[in-house]
Amino acid sequence: MSKENTIKEPLVRIVKKDASSTKRAILVRAVAVILALVVDAVFIFAVTGINPFGVYGVMFKATFGNKLRFSWAMRDLVTLLCVGIALAPAFKMRFWNIGAEGQVLMGGLATALVMVHLGPALPTPLLLLVMFLASAVAGAIWGVIPAFFKARWGTNETLFTLMMNYVAIQIVSAAVNILRGKASSLGKLNIGTEYGWFPKLFGQRYYINIIIVVILTVVMYFYLKYSKHGYEIAVVGASENTARYTGISVRTVIIRTMILSGAICGLCGFLIVGGRDQTISANTAGGNGFTAIIVAWLAKFNTFYMALISFLLIFLQKGAGEIASTYALNDFAADVITGVILFFILGSEFFLNYKLIFRKNVKEVE
Amino acid sequence: MVNEGVKIMVHPHSVELKHITKTFGSVVANDDVSMNIREGEILSLLGENGSGKTSLMNMIAGIYYPDAGEIKVHGKVAEIRSPKDAFDLGIGMIHQHFKLVDVFTATENIALGLNESEKFDLKEVRKKAEEICKTYEFDLDLDQKVYSMSVSQKQTLEIVKVLYRGASLLILDEPTAVLTLQEIKKLFNVIRAMKKNGKSVVIITHKLNEVMEISDRVAVLRKGKYIGTIHTYEASESLLTEMMVGQKVELNIDRPTPKNIVKRLEIKHLNVKNIYGLEVLKDINFDAYGGEILGIAGVSGNGQKELLEAIAGLQVTEPGASITYYPQNSDDKMEIIGKTPKAIRNAGVHLSFVPEDRLGMGLVGSMGMSDNMMLKSYENGHSIFLDRKAPKELANEIKDELGVVTPGLQTPVSRLSGGNVQKVLVGREIALSPTVLMTAYAVRGLDINTSYTIYHLLNEQKEKGVAVIYVGEDLDVLLALCDRIMVLCGGQVNGILDGRTATKEEVGRLMTSHVTNLEETAGEDDVDSEIYQTEPSKAAAEEVKANE
Amino acid sequence: MQAIIAWIMRAVPFGTIIMYGAMGETVTEKSGNLNLGVPGIMYLGGFAGFASAFIYENNAKNPNGFVCLILSLVCCILASMLGGLIYGFLTISLRANQNVTGLALTTFGMGVANFFGLFLLQGKSYTAAPLANSIYSAKIPGLSGLGAFGNIFFSYGFLAYLAIVVAVILHRFFNKTRTGLKLRAVGENPATADASGVNVTKYKYLATCVGAGISGIGGLYYVLDYNNGIWATTGQIEALGWLALALVIFATWKPLNIIWGAYLFGVLYWLYQYLPSVLGITTAVYVSDLISMLPYGVTSIVRIITRMKKKRENQPPASLGLAYFREER
Repeated sequence: MSKENTIKEPLVRIVKKDASSTKRAILVRAVAVILALVVDAVFIFAVTGINPFGVYGVMFKATFGNKLRFSWAMRDLVTLLCVGIALAPAFKMRFWNIGAEGQVLMGGLATALVMVHLGPALPTPLLLLVMFLASAVAGAIWGVIPAFFKARWGTNETLFTLMMNYVAIQIVSAAVNILRGKASSLGKLNIGTEYGWFPKLFGQRYYINIIIVVILTVVMYFYLKYSKHGYEIAVVGASENTARYTGISVRTVIIRTMILSGAICGLCGFLIVGGRDQTISANTAGGNGFTAIIVAWLAKFNTFYMALISFLLIFLQKGAGEIASTYALNDFAADVITGVILFFILGSEFFLNYKLIFRKNVKEVE
Repeated sequence: MVNEGVKIMVHPHSVELKHITKTFGSVVANDDVSMNIREGEILSLLGENGSGKTSLMNMIAGIYYPDAGEIKVHGKVAEIRSPKDAFDLGIGMIHQHFKLVDVFTATENIALGLNESEKFDLKEVRKKAEEICKTYEFDLDLDQKVYSMSVSQKQTLEIVKVLYRGASLLILDEPTAVLTLQEIKKLFNVIRAMKKNGKSVVIITHKLNEVMEISDRVAVLRKGKYIGTIHTYEASESLLTEMMVGQKVELNIDRPTPKNIVKRLEIKHLNVKNIYGLEVLKDINFDAYGGEILGIAGVSGNGQKELLEAIAGLQVTEPGASITYYPQNSDDKMEIIGKTPKAIRNAGVHLSFVPEDRLGMGLVGSMGMSDNMMLKSYENGHSIFLDRKAPKELANEIKDELGVVTPGLQTPVSRLSGGNVQKVLVGREIALSPTVLMTAYAVRGLDINTSYTIYHLLNEQKEKGVAVIYVGEDLDVLLALCDRIMVLCGGQVNGILDGRTATKEEVGRLMTSHVTNLEETAGEDDVDSEIYQTEPSKAAAEEVKANE
Repeated sequence: MQAIIAWIMRAVPFGTIIMYGAMGETVTEKSGNLNLGVPGIMYLGGFAGFASAFIYENNAKNPNGFVCLILSLVCCILASMLGGLIYGFLTISLRANQNVTGLALTTFGMGVANFFGLFLLQGKSYTAAPLANSIYSAKIPGLSGLGAFGNIFFSYGFLAYLAIVVAVILHRFFNKTRTGLKLRAVGENPATADASGVNVTKYKYLATCVGAGISGIGGLYYVLDYNNGIWATTGQIEALGWLALALVIFATWKPLNIIWGAYLFGVLYWLYQYLPSVLGITTAVYVSDLISMLPYGVTSIVRIITRMKKKRENQPPASLGLAYFREER
C-alpha cells in the first residue's frame, strides 16, 4: 500500500457560527483579558524580576489610590472616550475615520486661536460659546474633506484620513511656532488673564469635560440606536445598495455623519485646550485619536461599552506609569502592556464568530 | 497494485459521492447525498434555486469541505481540501461568479492556475492557449485585461483555463445564464467535443430544455436532498419537474377577471444604457393598469432589472424617455423620470419593488424583521426619533399571516431561509398599500406552498386595484397568473400577449427571438426545436445507448 | 550648486528610510493586508538591530565589523518579521480587523522599542553603536571621492543602494514570476486565487512577514546610518512609518515608483533647509512646518487624481483590508 492512500481529514476546520450569547461574549472577553494579564505578568517578571502581583497592586493604586488620582484617571478617560464617541457613527457607517487625531488637533487649534485673539474682546460665556463653535467647525471641516472625496469619487477613506492627520500636525506645529513668537516654548495661553479657561468645578476645570462627555455618551447612544439618522447610518453601513434602493442618499449620509464625527472630535480638542491643558501643541491629541479607533471598534459602536474599554485602557496606562516611578522603569511599559491586551481582545473576537471543529479520528483507507 | 498485464483499469465512475452532508450555520445545504458521475458522460445536475446544487459541486471542487461523507475520485477515496487538490485530481469548475482577476490579462489568468512543476513562461502559456482557442474556435484576445471583457468573453476565458489544465471532469455552474443563444450553441458544441475526448462534464442548471438537449443523464436535487438520476432518453420535462419539485405541478393559480382597470403607468421611449455604454433597454413602450397583473417574461438578464429600476427611480435613463404615473385619487399625472426614489414616494407615488437580490438590496441582512419593516417608512412622523412600535406590530402581523419562521423579530434576517426572507420582503411591500407593485423573481428559491402564498397575495393586490408587475422566469406560472404578458428580449419588447390565450410556445419564441440578430434566420428555426422541445433529444438518447 | 548637492545628499538617505518601509508595506498590501503597524515594525526592526549591535560591540573582545553587520541585520529582520507574524496571526488566522490590529501593533512596537531602549540608555539621553555605524555608513572607497558626482551618487551607506536593488527585484517579482503573479491574485481576488489552487493563507502570511522584514530595515537604516548609530527615545520613527504608508499610496503600489517617490519625499522634507541657500527665499520658522506636510498633501492629491481617472492599474489591491474566509456565505 502506498503512503498516498493514507488520507486524513484536516486537523482543524473553521466553521462560521451564529451569533454568540451575551454570556459567552462576556466570558470570552474576560478570558482574553485575564490571559493578557498573565502574559503581561510573565513579561514584567522576566524583565524586572518584580513580583507581578505586587505590580498589579501598584497599578491598582494608580487609579484608585486617592480621590485626586481617580479624578485624573477620569479626566483622561473622558478624553479618550470623547474621541471614541466621535468615531462611533462613522464606524457604524463602515467609514474608517482614522483621522480623529487630526480632527481633534484642528478643533484644539481653533479653540486656541479664539482664546488668544478674541479672549480680551468677549465676555466669558460668549467666548466659551465661540470657542466651542470654532472647534466643532474646524473638526467638521477636517472630517468632511475625506468624506466628500469618498462620497464623490470613492477614494479609500482609511488612507486619506490617515494622511490628513499629518497635515493637521504640521499645521498645528506651524501655528504653535507663530503663537510662541520669540519664546522658547508656548506656555499656557492667556496665563495672566485666564481668558477662555474653563471655570473650576469642585476645584478642577476638567470636571466640565467629564460632565460634557457623560452627556455625549448618553446622547450618542440614543442617536445611534433610536434616531432616524442613526437608522440611516446603520443601513448605509450594512449595504449601500439597500440604502440607495430605499431612497436614502448615501452621499448625504456619509457627509452628514462625517461632519458630526469630525465636529465631536473638534469638540474634544476644545475640551482638551479649554478644560485640561489651556495650551496647544502637536501632542494635544496625544495619540487618543488612534487609541479611540481601537476602543470604538472593540465596543461595536456602543458608547457604554466604550466607556468600559476606555476605563480598562486608562487604568493600564495609569498603572504602568505608577509602576515606572515605583520600580524605576519607564512609561513605555504601558504601551507594551496595552498592546498585549489589545492583541488578546482582538484575537478573542474570533471565538465569538467562528468555531473550530477538530478531527475526530484518523481514517486509513486501503 | 495495478497489474501490468491489465492495460486499462476501467473505473466506471469518475466521481462518487457518499453520504455527503454540508451545513452553513443552521442551514442544511446538502443532506446525506450519494450519487455518482460517470466517466465520459455529460451529466446535468438539476434542481431549483437553493436546492444545493452549487454547494455540492463546490465540495468536489475543493471550495467547501463536507461536514460528513466521503468523495471518491476514480474509485479512490479523495481528500479534496482545496481547489488545488481538485485540480490535481483533474477536476475543474467554472463558477457562476467568474473566478478571474480583473487587473490581469487573459494569459495571466490562465497562468495563475498552472502547476508548480511547469516552467513559468507567459509566452509559452499564451501560445498554448491560442492553440486551444483555435481548436474550439474561441474568440478571445489573450492580451486583453479582464476588466474590459464582456461577460461571455469572461466565460470563454474560464473555459479556456480549465481546458488548458486538461481537466478530466469539467463542472459548469449555470453556464448559460449569461449567454446569448448563439453562444449557448457554441458552448454546447464545446461540451460535446469534450465528451468526445473522453472527458466528463457536469452542468448545473435549472433549465429543463438545456438538460434535455445536452445531457446523457440527469441527477436531481431537491432542498439539499438527492432525489435520483435518470437517463435523459427516459426523461421528460414533466417527470423532471416532478422530481425537482416533489409532486407533479398542477398549476392551479387563481386568475380573477380584471375589474375596473385604470391606467397607472405609461412608459414611452424608455432607453437605458449600462455602465459600459451598452444599450440594455431599447425604446420600451407599454402601459400598466390597476386591477391587472402584467407579467414580464424573458431570459434573465434581458433588461428586466433595469426596467423595474427605471420605474423605481433607481436607474439613469436616456433623454427622451417618459414614465407617466396616474395617481389614484387625482387627475394630475406625474412624470417619474428625474425624481429620486424618495421624491417619487413623497409625491404620493407608491411604487413598491421587490428586487431580485433580496438580501443585497431589499433588506438589511444584519437587522431583524422589525427594523427591516421600517426601511421605507422610517421617516414617518416629525420626531427625530424612530417609531419602533408600528414596525414591530407590522412585523408580528406579517409573521403570523404569512407564517414566517424566525426565532424572534430581532433575529437578523440573513439567518432566515430564503422563503422566509421573501415573505418578509413581500409582506412589507404589500403593507405599504401600493398602487403599483413590482416584483422581480418573487418566488425564486421558494417551496411550492410559499410560492402559492405569494401568488395569492399578488392576486389580492390585483383585486384591490393595484397595478401588479410580475417579472418571472417560470413560463407556466406566468401563463397561469398574469392577465397580460410582455416579453423582453435583448432589452426590447418583443410582444405583449394575452395571458389567457397565449401558448407557451408563443412566449418561448418571443423570448428567444433577438430582433437584431435576424440575419441568422436559420438559427431562428433552431430556437423552436432546440430550446423549447419537450421531447428528449433523440440524438442524445442514441448516443447513450451506443455507449452502453 | 553646493547647496543643491548637499540637499540631495540629505534627501537620499531620508528617502531610503521610507523606501524600505514602503517596499515592505507594498509586499504586504499586495496580499490584501493593510498593515497600519508599519511604524511599530520599523521601531522593532530599528531597535533590535541597534540593540544587537550595541550589545555585541560592548561585550565582544575584538568586535568584528562583519559579524556586527550580519548580527544586527538578522536581528532586525527577525524582530520585524515577528511583528508581522503577530499581525498576520491576528488578521489572517483569527480574522481580526486589519486597521485596528495594525494600530495596536504600532502602539506595541513603539512601546517595546522605547521600553527596552531605556535599559540600553541607562539614564543617559542617548547612546551609540559606533562600530555598527561605521559599517552601515561606509562609503564606496574611491568612487565617493569623485567630487560632486561622487557625492551625489556614491556617498551613501550600502543599504541605500540595496534599497534600489530590492525595489527592482520586487518589480520583477510582481510582474515576471509565478509567485508574484499569485501574490497579486491573492490581494486582488482571494477567492479566485484560492480557486486557482493558490494557498491564500500561506501567501498572506509570507507576504506579511517578508513585508514586515523589509519595512524593519527602514528602522535599522534610520538608527545605524541616518542617525549616526545613535539610539535615543524618540517619536521620529513613528512619523517616518506613516510617511512610508503615504509613499505606498503615492507610488500607486508600484516598486519602481517608490524609488523616485522616496527621493521626492526626501527632497520635499528637506526643502525648508535649502530654501534660503538654493532659491534665495528666507522664511519664518513656521513655514518649515507647513513645508513638511507637503508629502502628505501631494499624496492626497495624487490619490484623488488617480481615483478620478479610474485607471484600474493605479488602484489599491481590490481586496485590501478584507479578511478571507473560503466558506463565507
